[in-house]
Amino acid sequence: MPSIHALANPTRFLKIARPATPVCFWSGVALMLFAAWGGLTRTPPDYLQGETVRIMYIHVPAAWLGLGGWAGLATASFVYLVWRHPLAALAARAIAVPGALFTALCLVTGSIWGRPTWGTWWQWDGRLTSMLLLFFVYLAYLALNRADAERGGDGRIPALFGIAGSVLLPIIHYSVVWWNTLHQGQSIGLTGSTIDASMLWPLWYAMAGFTLFFTGIVLMRMRTMLAVQKVEARMRRMARG
Amino acid sequence: MNPWPFVAAAYVLTAIAGAAIAFASWRSMVVAERAAEELRRR
Repeated sequence: MPSIHALANPTRFLKIARPATPVCFWSGVALMLFAAWGGLTRTPPDYLQGETVRIMYIHVPAAWLGLGGWAGLATASFVYLVWRHPLAALAARAIAVPGALFTALCLVTGSIWGRPTWGTWWQWDGRLTSMLLLFFVYLAYLALNRADAERGGDGRIPALFGIAGSVLLPIIHYSVVWWNTLHQGQSIGLTGSTIDASMLWPLWYAMAGFTLFFTGIVLMRMRTMLAVQKVEARMRRMARG
Repeated sequence: MNPWPFVAAAYVLTAIAGAAIAFASWRSMVVAERAAEELRRR
């Protein structure tokens, strides 16, 4: 793991993160705006869902970031537990808040889509319930992290929780296969898509834009945590005289 | 049922939430890095 070891140095990490933060953030915003324009004005309405299908261009990327965020959090937690890289623990903590926010956005935009399409705001089916569970798991991780920091812990317990929580990811992914759900089955897979190309193209821009935006936010939060750590370390040194 | 209020609500909510987290993260980053830099100069 030479690249991870190289990045474990905060100075080296900041050298990359400083220029990468605005690049990720602004290119993400630009792609998101382009995808919104395409999704709202340049795609046809669906023959069954009508105009509400346009919510897909924010609902699907939000779901991707909720799931992908936890996968990143679990990977960073694993790297922290095995190789003891403090930056990995920082990355896991930095992912938690945007991950929780995008999971919440996925639930809310799905609910808004469900009302005119299914005739209900909420249904306790496999996909919706497992996604709601992921949101609660994010909140539990945030609470655990705060409690661990307050009692002067080394971050091992939140890291273990981060890895354990990843058991939800395959459950969410296969929920539409394992259970008879109101939520539709998988529309996009590795081998192709059941969505027509005329409606699919803005989704790729939205996925890329949301991911870059998310990366920009995570980098900002990591830089904040590193700066706070620096201030605290210097204050401790000054207090010791 | 007119679908456009639902579509608009989903987009506006996402825009507000995205702007809020971006602003909060950027603000705390600027404040923390400025404090670290000032302390380093002292």
